Amino acid sequence: MNSDKILKYVLFIASLLILLIAGGMIYSLFRGAIPSFHQFGWKFLISSKWDPTQGREQYGALLFIAGTLFTSILALVIALPMAFSTSLFIGEYFRNTRMAAIVSTFVDLLAGIPSIIYGLWGFYVLRPFIVSIGLSPQGYGIFTSGLILAIMIIPYATSLSNTTIMMVPNELKEAAYSLGATRLEVIWNVILPNARSGITASYVLAFGRALGETLAVTMLIGNANIIPTGLFSTGNTMASVIANQFGEASGLQLSSLIEIGLLLFVITTIINAVGKFIIKKMA
Amino acid sequence: MDQTNILIEKKEKEVLVDHFTGRKYKDRLFLSAVIFFSLITISFVFLIIGAMVLKGYHQINWSFFTQVAPDTFTAMMAKSSGQLIPGGIVNGITGSLYLVGLASLIAIPFGVLIGIYLYENSKKRYAAVIRDITDVLQGVPSIVVGLIVYLWVVVHITHGYSVLAGSVALSIMMLPLIIRSTEESLKMIPDTLKEAAIALGTPYYKVILRVLIPTSFSGLVTGILLAVSRILGETAPLMLTTLGNPAINWNITKPVSAVPLLIWQFYNDPNMVDLIWSSTLFLMGFVLILNLLSKWIAAKRRF
Repeated sequence: MNSDKILKYVLFIASLLILLIAGGMIYSLFRGAIPSFHQFGWKFLISSKWDPTQGREQYGALLFIAGTLFTSILALVIALPMAFSTSLFIGEYFRNTRMAAIVSTFVDLLAGIPSIIYGLWGFYVLRPFIVSIGLSPQGYGIFTSGLILAIMIIPYATSLSNTTIMMVPNELKEAAYSLGATRLEVIWNVILPNARSGITASYVLAFGRALGETLAVTMLIGNANIIPTGLFSTGNTMASVIANQFGEASGLQLSSLIEIGLLLFVITTIINAVGKFIIKKMA
Repeated sequence: MDQTNILIEKKEKEVLVDHFTGRKYKDRLFLSAVIFFSLITISFVFLIIGAMVLKGYHQINWSFFTQVAPDTFTAMMAKSSGQLIPGGIVNGITGSLYLVGLASLIAIPFGVLIGIYLYENSKKRYAAVIRDITDVLQGVPSIVVGLIVYLWVVVHITHGYSVLAGSVALSIMMLPLIIRSTEESLKMIPDTLKEAAIALGTPYYKVILRVLIPTSFSGLVTGILLAVSRILGETAPLMLTTLGNPAINWNITKPVSAVPLLIWQFYNDPNMVDLIWSSTLFLMGFVLILNLLSKWIAAKRRF
Protein backbone atom coordinates (compact mmCIF):
# COMPACT_ATOMS: atom_id res chain seq x y z
CA MET A 1 0.00 0.00 0.00
CA ASN A 2 1.49 3.34 -0.93
CA SER A 3 1.57 6.45 1.17
CA ASP A 4 -1.20 8.21 -0.74
CA LYS A 5 -3.61 5.36 -0.05
CA ILE A 6 -2.73 5.38 3.64
CA LEU A 7 -3.36 9.11 3.75
CA LYS A 8 -6.73 8.70 2.10
CA TYR A 9 -7.74 6.06 4.64
CA VAL A 10 -6.54 8.19 7.57
CA LEU A 11 -8.60 11.15 6.37
CA PHE A 12 -11.65 8.97 5.75
CA ILE A 13 -11.41 7.33 9.19
CA ALA A 14 -11.15 10.75 10.83
CA SER A 15 -14.34 11.82 9.09
CA LEU A 16 -16.14 8.86 10.68
CA LEU A 17 -15.71 10.58 14.05
CA ILE A 18 -18.33 13.13 13.06
CA LEU A 19 -20.83 10.39 12.24
CA LEU A 20 -19.97 8.66 15.49
CA ILE A 21 -20.55 11.78 17.59
CA ALA A 22 -23.80 12.71 15.87
CA GLY A 23 -25.13 9.16 15.88
CA GLY A 24 -24.11 8.65 19.50
CA MET A 25 -25.80 11.88 20.51
CA ILE A 26 -29.11 10.94 18.98
CA TYR A 27 -28.90 7.38 20.32
CA SER A 28 -28.08 8.46 23.89
CA LEU A 29 -30.74 11.15 23.99
CA PHE A 30 -33.41 8.73 22.76
CA ARG A 31 -32.29 5.97 25.13
CA GLY A 32 -32.17 8.33 28.10
CA ALA A 33 -35.63 9.65 27.31
CA ILE A 34 -37.29 6.22 27.10
CA PRO A 35 -38.42 5.92 30.78
CA SER A 36 -39.99 9.34 30.66
CA PHE A 37 -41.65 8.61 27.33
CA HIS A 38 -43.05 5.31 28.65
CA GLN A 39 -44.51 7.09 31.65
CA PHE A 40 -45.99 10.18 30.03
CA GLY A 41 -46.10 9.48 26.29
CA TRP A 42 -47.06 12.40 24.09
CA LYS A 43 -48.72 14.09 27.06
CA PHE A 44 -45.20 15.20 28.00
CA LEU A 45 -45.42 17.81 25.26
CA ILE A 46 -48.76 19.32 26.28
CA SER A 47 -48.62 19.07 30.05
CA SER A 48 -47.14 21.93 32.03
CA LYS A 49 -46.98 20.22 35.40
CA TRP A 50 -43.45 19.84 36.74
CA ASP A 51 -43.53 18.22 40.14
CA PRO A 52 -40.48 16.31 41.39
CA THR A 53 -42.02 15.41 44.78
CA GLN A 54 -41.38 11.75 45.58
CA GLY A 55 -44.44 9.55 45.09
CA ARG A 56 -46.44 11.88 42.86
CA GLU A 57 -43.84 12.73 40.27
CA GLN A 58 -45.34 14.41 37.25
CA TYR A 59 -43.41 15.95 34.40
CA GLY A 60 -44.44 17.96 31.36
CA ALA A 61 -42.40 20.17 29.09
CA LEU A 62 -44.95 22.66 27.80
CA LEU A 63 -44.08 25.51 30.16
CA PHE A 64 -40.38 25.23 29.30
CA ILE A 65 -41.10 25.10 25.58
CA ALA A 66 -43.32 28.18 25.96
CA GLY A 67 -40.65 30.03 27.98
CA THR A 68 -37.94 29.18 25.45
CA LEU A 69 -40.03 30.32 22.49
CA PHE A 70 -41.24 33.52 24.20
CA THR A 71 -37.77 34.67 25.23
CA SER A 72 -36.22 33.80 21.87
CA ILE A 73 -38.93 35.47 19.79
CA LEU A 74 -38.76 38.57 21.98
CA ALA A 75 -34.98 38.56 21.60
CA LEU A 76 -35.31 38.40 17.83
CA VAL A 77 -37.81 41.29 17.79
CA ILE A 78 -35.56 43.48 19.97
CA ALA A 79 -32.41 42.54 18.06
CA LEU A 80 -33.98 43.24 14.67
CA PRO A 81 -33.62 47.07 14.49
CA MET A 82 -30.13 47.01 15.97
CA ALA A 83 -28.84 44.15 13.85
CA PHE A 84 -30.39 45.55 10.68
CA SER A 85 -29.00 49.04 11.29
CA THR A 86 -25.58 47.68 12.12
CA SER A 87 -25.42 45.59 8.98
CA LEU A 88 -26.51 48.58 6.86
CA PHE A 89 -23.88 50.69 8.64
CA ILE A 90 -21.12 48.16 7.88
CA GLY A 91 -22.36 46.85 4.55
CA GLU A 92 -23.82 49.91 2.84
CA TYR A 93 -23.54 53.38 4.35
CA PHE A 94 -19.95 53.22 5.54
CA ARG A 95 -18.69 50.18 3.64
CA ASN A 96 -14.93 49.80 3.38
CA THR A 97 -14.28 52.75 5.65
CA ARG A 98 -12.36 52.84 8.90
CA MET A 99 -15.63 53.49 10.77
CA ALA A 100 -17.15 50.28 9.42
CA ALA A 101 -14.03 48.32 10.41
CA ILE A 102 -14.25 49.68 13.95
CA VAL A 103 -17.96 48.90 14.28
CA SER A 104 -17.48 45.40 12.92
CA THR A 105 -14.62 44.78 15.38
CA PHE A 106 -16.94 45.76 18.23
CA VAL A 107 -19.67 43.47 16.95
CA ASP A 108 -17.10 40.65 16.86
CA LEU A 109 -16.20 41.46 20.46
CA LEU A 110 -19.87 41.17 21.37
CA ALA A 111 -19.80 37.65 19.93
CA GLY A 112 -16.70 36.83 21.99
CA ILE A 113 -18.17 37.70 25.39
CA PRO A 114 -19.00 34.45 27.24
CA SER A 115 -22.63 33.71 28.13
CA ILE A 116 -21.98 33.81 31.87
CA ILE A 117 -20.64 37.38 31.64
CA TYR A 118 -23.80 38.47 29.85
CA GLY A 119 -25.75 36.84 32.65
CA LEU A 120 -23.80 38.65 35.37
CA TRP A 121 -24.10 41.98 33.60
CA GLY A 122 -27.81 41.39 33.17
CA PHE A 123 -28.17 40.48 36.83
CA TYR A 124 -26.11 43.29 38.36
CA VAL A 125 -26.58 46.12 35.85
CA LEU A 126 -29.61 45.55 33.63
CA ARG A 127 -31.96 44.08 36.25
CA PRO A 128 -31.54 46.96 38.76
CA PHE A 129 -32.02 49.38 35.87
CA ILE A 130 -35.31 47.73 34.90
CA VAL A 131 -36.43 47.87 38.53
CA SER A 132 -35.47 51.53 38.82
CA ILE A 133 -37.50 52.64 35.81
CA GLY A 134 -40.45 50.79 37.31
CA LEU A 135 -41.01 48.18 34.60
CA SER A 136 -41.03 45.26 36.99
CA PRO A 137 -40.71 44.98 40.79
CA GLN A 138 -37.96 42.33 40.86
CA GLY A 139 -36.51 42.79 37.42
CA TYR A 140 -36.63 39.07 36.60
CA GLY A 141 -38.64 37.66 33.76
CA ILE A 142 -39.23 37.23 30.06
CA PHE A 143 -38.43 40.83 29.17
CA THR A 144 -35.05 41.01 30.93
CA SER A 145 -33.91 37.68 29.52
CA GLY A 146 -35.17 38.59 26.07
CA LEU A 147 -33.20 41.83 26.19
CA ILE A 148 -29.97 40.06 27.18
CA LEU A 149 -30.54 37.39 24.52
CA ALA A 150 -31.09 40.14 21.96
CA ILE A 151 -27.66 41.65 22.70
CA MET A 152 -26.10 38.18 22.53
CA ILE A 153 -27.53 37.33 19.11
CA ILE A 154 -26.86 40.67 17.38
CA PRO A 155 -23.45 39.46 16.09
CA TYR A 156 -24.98 36.29 14.63
CA ALA A 157 -27.76 38.27 12.98
CA THR A 158 -25.36 40.82 11.49
CA SER A 159 -22.39 38.81 10.22
CA LEU A 160 -24.20 37.08 7.35
CA SER A 161 -26.44 40.08 6.58
CA ASN A 162 -23.34 42.27 6.11
CA THR A 163 -21.89 40.07 3.44
CA THR A 164 -25.14 39.62 1.53
CA ILE A 165 -25.82 43.35 1.59
CA MET A 166 -22.31 43.99 0.29
CA MET A 167 -22.79 41.40 -2.45
CA VAL A 168 -25.66 43.27 -4.12
CA PRO A 169 -24.26 44.24 -7.55
CA ASN A 170 -23.23 47.89 -7.91
CA GLU A 171 -24.82 48.16 -11.37
CA LEU A 172 -28.28 47.65 -9.89
CA LYS A 173 -27.75 50.34 -7.29
CA GLU A 174 -26.26 52.76 -9.84
CA ALA A 175 -29.23 52.23 -12.15
CA ALA A 176 -31.59 53.19 -9.35
CA TYR A 177 -29.51 56.23 -8.40
CA SER A 178 -29.46 57.40 -12.02
CA LEU A 179 -33.27 57.39 -11.98
CA GLY A 180 -33.10 59.83 -9.09
CA ALA A 181 -33.69 57.45 -6.22
CA THR A 182 -32.56 58.46 -2.75
CA ARG A 183 -30.36 56.15 -0.75
CA LEU A 184 -33.29 54.98 1.35
CA GLU A 185 -35.20 54.11 -1.80
CA VAL A 186 -32.21 52.20 -3.11
CA ILE A 187 -31.97 50.26 0.15
CA TRP A 188 -35.68 49.53 0.18
CA ASN A 189 -36.23 48.72 -3.50
CA VAL A 190 -32.87 47.32 -4.65
CA ILE A 191 -30.76 46.08 -1.75
CA LEU A 192 -33.47 44.48 0.38
CA PRO A 193 -35.12 42.45 -2.40
CA ASN A 194 -31.70 41.23 -3.53
CA ALA A 195 -30.31 40.44 -0.09
CA ARG A 196 -33.59 39.18 1.34
CA SER A 197 -32.77 35.51 1.65
CA GLY A 198 -29.34 36.13 3.22
CA ILE A 199 -30.79 38.49 5.78
CA THR A 200 -33.64 36.09 6.59
CA ALA A 201 -31.19 33.21 6.95
CA SER A 202 -29.02 35.17 9.37
CA TYR A 203 -32.01 35.97 11.57
CA VAL A 204 -33.13 32.36 11.52
CA LEU A 205 -29.66 31.22 12.61
CA ALA A 206 -29.59 33.89 15.32
CA PHE A 207 -32.96 32.61 16.55
CA GLY A 208 -31.45 29.13 16.75
CA ARG A 209 -28.68 30.55 18.94
CA ALA A 210 -31.17 32.19 21.27
CA LEU A 211 -33.08 28.93 21.76
CA GLY A 212 -30.10 27.13 23.25
CA GLU A 213 -28.64 29.85 25.47
CA THR A 214 -28.45 28.66 29.03
CA LEU A 215 -26.77 30.57 31.83
CA ALA A 216 -27.56 34.16 30.88
CA VAL A 217 -31.23 33.24 30.77
CA THR A 218 -31.09 31.10 33.92
CA MET A 219 -29.81 34.09 35.88
CA LEU A 220 -32.54 36.43 34.68
CA ILE A 221 -35.76 34.60 33.93
CA GLY A 222 -36.71 33.91 37.54
CA ASN A 223 -36.91 30.13 37.14
CA ALA A 224 -40.58 29.92 38.04
CA ASN A 225 -42.30 26.83 36.67
CA ILE A 226 -45.24 28.62 35.11
CA ILE A 227 -46.29 29.41 31.56
CA PRO A 228 -45.37 33.07 31.11
CA THR A 229 -48.45 35.30 31.09
CA GLY A 230 -46.95 38.54 29.84
CA LEU A 231 -43.81 40.48 29.01
CA PHE A 232 -42.79 40.94 32.63
CA SER A 233 -43.92 37.55 33.87
CA THR A 234 -41.31 35.11 35.15
CA GLY A 235 -40.90 31.70 33.58
CA ASN A 236 -38.37 29.04 32.77
CA THR A 237 -36.68 27.69 29.65
CA MET A 238 -35.69 24.24 28.45
CA ALA A 239 -31.97 24.93 28.72
CA SER A 240 -32.16 26.50 32.15
CA VAL A 241 -34.27 23.76 33.73
CA ILE A 242 -31.62 21.27 32.64
CA ALA A 243 -28.86 23.44 34.14
CA ASN A 244 -30.76 23.98 37.37
CA GLN A 245 -32.04 20.51 38.14
CA PHE A 246 -29.55 18.17 36.52
CA GLY A 247 -27.23 18.05 39.52
CA GLU A 248 -29.72 16.50 41.92
CA ALA A 249 -31.90 14.64 39.44
CA SER A 250 -32.18 10.88 39.17
CA GLY A 251 -34.61 8.29 37.89
CA LEU A 252 -37.71 9.62 36.21
CA GLN A 253 -36.69 13.27 36.70
CA LEU A 254 -33.34 12.68 35.02
CA SER A 255 -35.05 10.92 32.15
CA SER A 256 -37.52 13.82 31.78
CA LEU A 257 -34.64 16.30 31.70
CA ILE A 258 -32.97 14.20 28.99
CA GLU A 259 -36.22 14.22 27.04
CA ILE A 260 -36.24 18.02 27.30
CA GLY A 261 -32.64 17.96 26.03
CA LEU A 262 -33.79 15.81 23.12
CA LEU A 263 -36.60 18.26 22.34
CA LEU A 264 -34.17 21.18 22.47
CA PHE A 265 -31.80 19.29 20.16
CA VAL A 266 -34.59 18.59 17.67
CA ILE A 267 -35.93 22.16 17.71
CA THR A 268 -32.53 23.84 17.27
CA THR A 269 -31.54 21.37 14.55
CA ILE A 270 -34.74 22.09 12.61
CA ILE A 271 -34.26 25.86 12.94
CA ASN A 272 -30.61 25.61 11.85
CA ALA A 273 -31.56 23.37 8.93
CA VAL A 274 -34.12 25.94 7.77
CA GLY A 275 -31.44 28.68 7.96
CA LYS A 276 -28.93 26.56 6.03
CA PHE A 277 -31.58 25.67 3.47
CA ILE A 278 -32.28 29.34 2.78
CA ILE A 279 -28.53 29.98 2.35
CA LYS A 280 -28.20 27.04 -0.03
CA LYS A 281 -31.11 28.21 -2.15
CA MET A 282 -29.52 31.63 -2.33
CA ALA A 283 -26.15 30.37 -3.60
CA MET B 1 -42.89 93.00 -8.76
CA ASP B 2 -44.77 92.22 -5.61
CA GLN B 3 -46.43 89.30 -7.26
CA THR B 4 -43.19 87.74 -8.38
CA ASN B 5 -41.83 88.15 -4.87
CA ILE B 6 -44.83 86.35 -3.49
CA LEU B 7 -44.40 83.67 -6.10
CA ILE B 8 -40.76 83.23 -5.16
CA GLU B 9 -41.63 83.04 -1.51
CA LYS B 10 -44.26 80.44 -2.24
CA LYS B 11 -41.78 78.40 -4.21
CA GLU B 12 -39.24 78.60 -1.38
CA LYS B 13 -41.86 77.44 1.06
CA GLU B 14 -42.67 74.47 -1.14
CA VAL B 15 -39.02 73.53 -1.32
CA LEU B 16 -38.84 73.85 2.44
CA VAL B 17 -41.90 71.67 2.88
CA ASP B 18 -40.48 69.13 0.48
CA HIS B 19 -37.27 69.22 2.46
CA PHE B 20 -38.98 68.36 5.69
CA THR B 21 -41.69 65.91 4.66
CA GLY B 22 -40.52 64.58 1.35
CA ARG B 23 -38.20 61.87 0.16
CA LYS B 24 -34.98 63.62 1.09
CA TYR B 25 -36.17 64.10 4.63
CA LYS B 26 -37.10 60.45 4.97
CA ASP B 27 -33.71 59.51 3.58
CA ARG B 28 -31.93 61.59 6.19
CA LEU B 29 -34.15 60.36 8.99
CA PHE B 30 -33.37 56.79 8.05
CA LEU B 31 -29.63 57.44 8.04
CA SER B 32 -29.87 58.95 11.51
CA ALA B 33 -31.81 55.92 12.70
CA VAL B 34 -29.18 53.58 11.27
CA ILE B 35 -26.37 55.48 12.99
CA PHE B 36 -28.35 55.68 16.24
CA PHE B 37 -29.08 51.96 16.44
CA SER B 38 -25.53 51.05 15.40
CA LEU B 39 -24.20 53.21 18.22
CA ILE B 40 -26.54 51.43 20.64
CA THR B 41 -25.18 48.10 19.44
CA ILE B 42 -21.55 48.98 20.05
CA SER B 43 -22.36 50.81 23.28
CA PHE B 44 -23.15 47.44 24.88
CA VAL B 45 -19.50 46.46 24.52
CA PHE B 46 -18.47 49.55 26.49
CA LEU B 47 -21.21 49.09 29.08
CA ILE B 48 -20.34 45.46 29.73
CA ILE B 49 -16.56 45.81 29.76
CA GLY B 50 -16.81 49.10 31.68
CA ALA B 51 -18.88 47.50 34.44
CA MET B 52 -16.36 44.69 34.72
CA VAL B 53 -13.34 46.95 34.95
CA LEU B 54 -14.91 49.35 37.46
CA LYS B 55 -16.16 46.63 39.78
CA GLY B 56 -13.33 44.15 39.36
CA TYR B 57 -9.98 45.87 39.31
CA HIS B 58 -9.51 46.31 43.07
CA GLN B 59 -9.58 42.57 43.80
CA ILE B 60 -6.83 41.86 41.27
CA ASN B 61 -3.53 41.44 43.05
CA TRP B 62 -0.73 38.91 43.35
CA SER B 63 -2.62 36.43 45.50
CA PHE B 64 -5.48 36.48 42.99
CA PHE B 65 -3.22 34.49 40.66
CA THR B 66 -1.42 32.34 43.24
CA GLN B 67 -4.03 31.19 45.76
CA VAL B 68 -7.05 28.95 45.50
CA ALA B 69 -10.57 30.27 46.00
CA PRO B 70 -11.44 30.95 49.65
CA ASP B 71 -14.23 29.12 51.46
CA THR B 72 -17.37 31.03 52.20
CA PHE B 73 -16.55 31.50 55.91
CA THR B 74 -13.18 33.16 55.27
CA ALA B 75 -14.80 35.42 52.71
CA MET B 76 -17.54 36.36 55.14
CA MET B 77 -15.02 37.20 57.90
CA ALA B 78 -12.95 39.36 55.57
CA LYS B 79 -16.03 41.16 54.31
CA SER B 80 -17.42 41.87 57.75
CA SER B 81 -14.10 43.43 58.83
CA GLY B 82 -14.03 45.52 55.67
CA GLN B 83 -11.02 43.88 54.02
CA LEU B 84 -10.50 42.48 50.55
CA ILE B 85 -11.48 38.83 50.25
CA PRO B 86 -8.27 36.79 50.55
CA GLY B 87 -7.32 34.10 48.08
CA GLY B 88 -7.63 33.92 44.34
CA ILE B 89 -8.72 31.74 41.49
CA VAL B 90 -5.62 29.71 40.76
CA ASN B 91 -7.59 26.44 40.96
CA GLY B 92 -9.83 27.83 38.26
CA ILE B 93 -6.96 29.05 36.09
CA THR B 94 -5.08 25.75 36.19
CA GLY B 95 -8.33 23.86 35.67
CA SER B 96 -9.29 25.96 32.65
CA LEU B 97 -5.84 25.51 31.11
CA TYR B 98 -5.99 21.76 31.75
CA LEU B 99 -9.49 21.37 30.28
CA VAL B 100 -8.88 23.60 27.25
CA GLY B 101 -5.44 22.06 26.63
CA LEU B 102 -6.80 18.52 26.66
CA ALA B 103 -9.80 19.53 24.54
CA SER B 104 -7.45 21.11 21.97
CA LEU B 105 -5.32 17.98 21.95
CA ILE B 106 -8.41 15.99 20.91
CA ALA B 107 -10.14 18.52 18.66
CA ILE B 108 -7.26 20.10 16.70
CA PRO B 109 -5.80 16.96 15.02
CA PHE B 110 -9.21 15.51 14.21
CA GLY B 111 -10.60 18.87 13.15
CA VAL B 112 -7.72 19.57 10.77
CA LEU B 113 -7.82 16.03 9.31
CA ILE B 114 -11.57 16.18 8.72
CA GLY B 115 -11.20 19.68 7.27
CA ILE B 116 -8.60 18.37 4.81
CA TYR B 117 -10.89 15.45 3.97
CA LEU B 118 -13.79 17.79 3.17
CA TYR B 119 -11.51 19.96 1.04
CA GLU B 120 -10.10 17.00 -0.88
CA ASN B 121 -13.46 15.35 -1.51
CA SER B 122 -15.58 18.45 -1.81
CA LYS B 123 -17.67 17.03 -4.67
CA LYS B 124 -18.51 13.71 -3.06
CA ARG B 125 -21.96 13.11 -1.64
CA TYR B 126 -20.56 11.58 1.53
CA ALA B 127 -18.47 14.71 2.16
CA ALA B 128 -21.56 16.88 1.74
CA VAL B 129 -23.32 14.76 4.36
CA ILE B 130 -20.36 15.11 6.75
CA ARG B 131 -20.38 18.87 6.16
CA ASP B 132 -24.10 19.10 6.96
CA ILE B 133 -23.69 17.01 10.11
CA THR B 134 -20.81 19.26 11.17
CA ASP B 135 -23.16 22.22 10.84
CA VAL B 136 -25.74 20.40 12.94
CA LEU B 137 -23.11 19.74 15.63
CA GLN B 138 -22.14 23.40 15.62
CA GLY B 139 -25.75 24.35 16.30
CA VAL B 140 -26.25 21.95 19.21
CA PRO B 141 -26.81 24.01 22.38
CA SER B 142 -23.87 23.75 24.78
CA ILE B 143 -26.09 22.45 27.60
CA VAL B 144 -27.15 19.51 25.40
CA VAL B 145 -23.49 18.73 24.69
CA GLY B 146 -22.95 18.68 28.46
CA LEU B 147 -25.91 16.33 28.89
CA ILE B 148 -24.60 13.92 26.27
CA VAL B 149 -21.07 13.83 27.66
CA TYR B 150 -22.52 13.24 31.12
CA LEU B 151 -24.29 10.17 29.75
CA TRP B 152 -21.18 8.98 27.91
CA VAL B 153 -18.20 9.77 30.09
CA VAL B 154 -19.41 10.63 33.59
CA VAL B 155 -21.75 7.65 33.84
CA HIS B 156 -19.83 5.01 31.91
CA ILE B 157 -16.11 5.83 31.88
CA THR B 158 -14.99 7.85 34.89
CA HIS B 159 -18.01 7.05 37.12
CA GLY B 160 -18.12 10.59 38.41
CA TYR B 161 -17.43 14.15 37.34
CA SER B 162 -13.97 14.40 35.80
CA VAL B 163 -11.44 16.38 33.78
CA LEU B 164 -11.85 13.87 30.96
CA ALA B 165 -15.59 14.48 30.71
CA GLY B 166 -15.14 18.25 30.67
CA SER B 167 -12.48 18.08 27.95
CA VAL B 168 -14.55 15.76 25.80
CA ALA B 169 -17.49 18.18 26.05
CA LEU B 170 -15.31 21.15 25.12
CA SER B 171 -13.66 19.25 22.27
CA ILE B 172 -17.08 18.38 20.78
CA MET B 173 -17.83 22.10 20.78
CA MET B 174 -14.45 22.96 19.20
CA LEU B 175 -14.50 20.31 16.49
CA PRO B 176 -17.07 21.87 14.08
CA LEU B 177 -15.41 25.28 14.35
CA ILE B 178 -11.98 23.90 13.48
CA ILE B 179 -13.29 21.68 10.66
CA ARG B 180 -15.04 24.57 8.92
CA SER B 181 -12.20 27.06 9.38
CA THR B 182 -9.67 24.51 8.08
CA GLU B 183 -11.76 23.81 5.01
CA GLU B 184 -12.36 27.49 4.35
CA SER B 185 -8.70 28.46 4.61
CA LEU B 186 -7.61 25.54 2.40
CA LYS B 187 -10.14 26.63 -0.23
CA MET B 188 -8.41 30.00 -0.45
CA ILE B 189 -5.12 28.51 -1.66
CA PRO B 190 -4.72 28.97 -5.43
CA ASP B 191 -4.95 25.64 -7.29
CA THR B 192 -1.77 26.51 -9.22
CA LEU B 193 0.36 26.04 -6.09
CA LYS B 194 -1.00 22.54 -5.59
CA GLU B 195 -0.70 21.70 -9.29
CA ALA B 196 2.92 22.87 -9.35
CA ALA B 197 3.78 20.51 -6.50
CA ILE B 198 1.94 17.59 -8.11
CA ALA B 199 3.64 18.26 -11.46
CA LEU B 200 6.99 17.79 -9.76
CA GLY B 201 5.89 14.27 -8.82
CA THR B 202 5.43 14.98 -5.13
CA PRO B 203 3.49 12.28 -3.30
CA TYR B 204 0.15 13.55 -2.12
CA TYR B 205 0.80 13.35 1.60
CA LYS B 206 3.81 15.59 1.02
CA VAL B 207 1.70 18.05 -0.93
CA ILE B 208 -0.53 18.31 2.11
CA LEU B 209 2.27 18.53 4.66
CA ARG B 210 4.65 20.78 2.70
CA VAL B 211 2.34 22.90 0.56
CA LEU B 212 -1.25 23.00 1.80
CA ILE B 213 -0.66 23.21 5.54
CA PRO B 214 2.23 25.73 5.45
CA THR B 215 0.43 28.10 3.05
CA SER B 216 -2.81 28.01 4.99
CA PHE B 217 -1.05 27.97 8.36
CA SER B 218 -2.15 31.40 9.52
CA GLY B 219 -5.72 30.58 8.54
CA LEU B 220 -5.58 27.38 10.57
CA VAL B 221 -4.12 29.22 13.58
CA THR B 222 -6.83 31.89 13.36
CA GLY B 223 -9.54 29.24 13.38
CA ILE B 224 -7.96 27.40 16.30
CA LEU B 225 -7.55 30.58 18.37
CA LEU B 226 -11.16 31.57 17.75
CA ALA B 227 -12.35 28.10 18.72
CA VAL B 228 -10.29 28.22 21.93
CA SER B 229 -11.62 31.66 22.80
CA ARG B 230 -15.16 30.37 22.26
CA ILE B 231 -14.85 27.44 24.65
CA LEU B 232 -12.78 29.25 27.28
CA GLY B 233 -15.90 30.91 28.68
CA GLU B 234 -18.22 27.91 28.35
CA THR B 235 -19.91 27.22 31.66
CA ALA B 236 -23.08 25.21 31.14
CA PRO B 237 -21.47 22.04 29.74
CA LEU B 238 -18.81 22.08 32.48
CA MET B 239 -21.48 22.21 35.19
CA LEU B 240 -22.72 18.85 33.96
CA THR B 241 -19.31 17.27 33.41
CA THR B 242 -16.57 18.49 35.78
CA LEU B 243 -18.62 20.21 38.50
CA GLY B 244 -15.75 22.08 40.19
CA ASN B 245 -13.06 21.51 42.78
CA PRO B 246 -11.86 23.72 45.65
CA ALA B 247 -8.26 22.55 45.18
CA ILE B 248 -5.88 22.28 42.25
CA ASN B 249 -6.24 18.89 40.61
CA TRP B 250 -4.20 17.16 37.89
CA ASN B 251 -5.92 13.75 38.07
CA ILE B 252 -7.79 13.18 34.83
CA THR B 253 -10.52 11.09 36.44
CA LYS B 254 -11.31 13.59 39.21
CA PRO B 255 -13.34 16.80 39.09
CA VAL B 256 -11.57 20.05 38.39
CA SER B 257 -12.51 23.70 38.61
CA ALA B 258 -12.47 26.27 35.81
CA VAL B 259 -12.66 30.06 35.80
CA PRO B 260 -16.27 30.19 34.51
CA LEU B 261 -17.30 27.52 37.02
CA LEU B 262 -15.76 29.59 39.82
CA ILE B 263 -17.68 32.63 38.61
CA TRP B 264 -20.90 30.61 38.78
CA GLN B 265 -19.98 29.44 42.28
CA PHE B 266 -19.21 33.01 43.44
CA TYR B 267 -22.50 34.16 41.95
CA ASN B 268 -24.41 31.64 44.02
CA ASP B 269 -22.62 32.59 47.27
CA PRO B 270 -23.56 36.02 48.65
CA ASN B 271 -20.24 36.30 50.51
CA MET B 272 -18.14 35.97 47.38
CA VAL B 273 -19.78 38.67 45.27
CA ASP B 274 -16.63 40.81 45.25
CA LEU B 275 -14.64 38.04 43.59
CA ILE B 276 -17.11 37.73 40.69
CA TRP B 277 -16.03 40.85 38.88
CA SER B 278 -12.29 40.32 39.15
CA SER B 279 -12.73 36.77 37.81
CA THR B 280 -14.88 37.92 34.90
CA LEU B 281 -12.35 40.66 34.18
CA PHE B 282 -9.61 38.03 34.02
CA LEU B 283 -11.68 35.71 31.82
CA MET B 284 -12.75 38.52 29.51
CA GLY B 285 -9.16 39.78 29.22
CA PHE B 286 -7.99 36.32 28.20
CA VAL B 287 -10.79 35.87 25.64
CA LEU B 288 -10.21 39.37 24.29
CA ILE B 289 -6.48 38.82 23.80
CA LEU B 290 -7.10 35.57 21.91
CA ASN B 291 -9.72 37.30 19.76
CA LEU B 292 -7.51 40.24 18.88
CA LEU B 293 -4.55 37.94 18.26
CA SER B 294 -6.58 35.90 15.78
CA LYS B 295 -7.81 39.08 14.08
CA TRP B 296 -4.23 40.32 13.80
CA ILE B 297 -3.04 37.04 12.27
CA ALA B 298 -6.02 37.01 9.91
CA ALA B 299 -5.25 40.55 8.77
CA LYS B 300 -1.64 39.64 8.04
CA ARG B 301 -2.28 36.44 6.13
CA ARG B 302 -2.18 36.19 2.36
CA PHE B 303 -4.24 33.05 1.73
